[in-house]
Amino acid sequence: MSRTRAGWADPLLWSGGVLLLLIFGMPLLTPLFRELFPELDRPLYLQETFPALVAAHLGIVAASSAVAIVLGLGAGVLVTRAAGKDFRGLVETVVAMGQTFPPVAVLAVAVPLIGFGVWPALIALALYGLLPIVQSTIAGIESVPESVREAARGLGMNPLRVLWQVELPLALPVLIAGIRTSVIINIGTAAIASTVGAKTLGSPIIVGLSGFNTAYILQGALLVALLAIVTDLAFDRLQTRLQRGRATVPAAAPIARATTQTARSTP
Amino acid sequence: MRVRVHNRVLALLWLLGLAAAVGVACLTHAPNRLVTGTGIRFGSVLHGANLLVLLPGLWLGLAAFLRTTWRVQVSVLIAATLWLAGLVYIGGAEATRLAEVDSAYSRTSFGGGFWIMLTLGWLIAADALSRLKLKPVAAVLVGLAVLAPLVAQLASGHLANLSVLKEYANRQDVFNDALSRHLEIVAATLIPTLLIGVPLGVLAYRRQGVRPPLFGVLNVIQTVPSIALFGLLIAPLAALAAHVPVLAQWGIGGIGTAPAIIALTLYSLLPMVRSTTAGLEQVPASVVDAARGMGLSARQIFWRVEVPLALPVLLAGLRITTVQAIGLTTVAALIGAGGFGAIMFQGLLSSAIDLVLLGVAPVIALAVAADALFKLLVALVAFGEKR
Repeated sequence: MSRTRAGWADPLLWSGGVLLLLIFGMPLLTPLFRELFPELDRPLYLQETFPALVAAHLGIVAASSAVAIVLGLGAGVLVTRAAGKDFRGLVETVVAMGQTFPPVAVLAVAVPLIGFGVWPALIALALYGLLPIVQSTIAGIESVPESVREAARGLGMNPLRVLWQVELPLALPVLIAGIRTSVIINIGTAAIASTVGAKTLGSPIIVGLSGFNTAYILQGALLVALLAIVTDLAFDRLQTRLQRGRATVPAAAPIARATTQTARSTP
Repeated sequence: MRVRVHNRVLALLWLLGLAAAVGVACLTHAPNRLVTGTGIRFGSVLHGANLLVLLPGLWLGLAAFLRTTWRVQVSVLIAATLWLAGLVYIGGAEATRLAEVDSAYSRTSFGGGFWIMLTLGWLIAADALSRLKLKPVAAVLVGLAVLAPLVAQLASGHLANLSVLKEYANRQDVFNDALSRHLEIVAATLIPTLLIGVPLGVLAYRRQGVRPPLFGVLNVIQTVPSIALFGLLIAPLAALAAHVPVLAQWGIGGIGTAPAIIALTLYSLLPMVRSTTAGLEQVPASVVDAARGMGLSARQIFWRVEVPLALPVLLAGLRITTVQAIGLTTVAALIGAGGFGAIMFQGLLSSAIDLVLLGVAPVIALAVAADALFKLLVALVAFGEKR
């Protein structure tokens, strides 16, 4: 989709730079926030440092995404094997149904079952993050032409090697698209998770909203937005690299990618 | 005759259901709304007429051993419907019985076991339904018929003694306000989405050059998490309203319904524009050529050929947009837009679990209903075109 631009015009480079500057340099902007919001006594969020909030936020996203990737990939691979194909319809039903649920609803439902704190956030994010990954794993493996699979078998590969050396590498671009969707949704849902007691970049926003401190809201919102945008750009770069690295992407892959992207929703 | 499992999916779901029935409390009962309840096992609610629910339950287990013929699938679907209706009936009846035995302040709610068994029952029904390979319109209607007994029990007041419905009875006005506000916000989002999104989609279809910048910008907006976009809009909109009093009179400001609608519209544009462009693109060139050959003008071709043929894809985009808007409106409660999110967040902030449920359940119901409605609409349009 996007060409990789070199040097200063590279959007990933400068948005990443701005993100880092804001994470570590937010206190330096105190005079600016004081100027913008003269009515506020405390124009800078000081309950936790911004690097600590970013680290906590990324920790939740990384842990839940790791679980979602392992389970989602496992489920996707399982239902595309001969032994598991009975369950494919069921898994697809669950995925389609689950994606009509808003992520914030999954988060809220997790609280009565688990309690407040970081755990409901982790579990809700991992569960919701599963859905696009399962979907893209199935779509990716489906996009591998049967002839390629036949050829691999003809070379004497056993089913495990066909999966590992043929199907998964060819499914990778579609798979990465699914992981991208999952991670971006999780970054947003993790911000909302501050309402169930997890410490994330959403905390300044929630504290600011309840205390009418627009400066806090702005600081949290800027960082969450940039974090999501930089992550998305990084995935975009990864996908471009992958596609350039292989000349023989199966023809069905772009279509499958488009379908996984349409199903994407924003937390 | 050898005994063999013919339907492994049904067997697995049934065993999971059995494990939930045995191992997880199906109801929780508390003397009042503030204390944590004690669990009630499924076994102890099975008395008298309640035992009848075991009939469809056992049939489902038995059916896993039968060949998956059409007739067996229909029987599974009916048994799953009866199972769901029976479980919910038992829940309502037990809540009423416990309210009479105990004080009127006592609270009975569905426990983990009930939720798991209900979910598994619905999955069994959905799996049987998909195996019947019905036409899309029929599939949606049968799906609704499976849920009808549950809605009927809810409407008849049979479930009125369940904790969440007691919470509803206490705040009926708040709930009704939340419902109308939630729907208002979604409807108010869809109108500008259609008015801006469809023309942009047509533009992107006609001019290839517009696509990279347009989709680039819309993609970045879609990437920004909702809570951040709401937050980012507060300061500029508040400043705008302070300097242009007319806008403030229209209700535009940092917080409230107006910024929520603006943010939701921004989110809705990407799926709307993308589906409009995709819908127009999949109209076969040969059909357009044939229309031109018949002497239709460019305008006639657009309205009589391209738009009708693009409609199913466009409606699919509208489905994604609507479901997404219903969910995002929940988050908009954080900036004072109201709706079911207000009830949900109030529950989360005061650790009142029934209140959380009262806010979340209707959002999920609305999203699922909108999804089904648009699927039905797409199926009807596609069906109409084939004729």
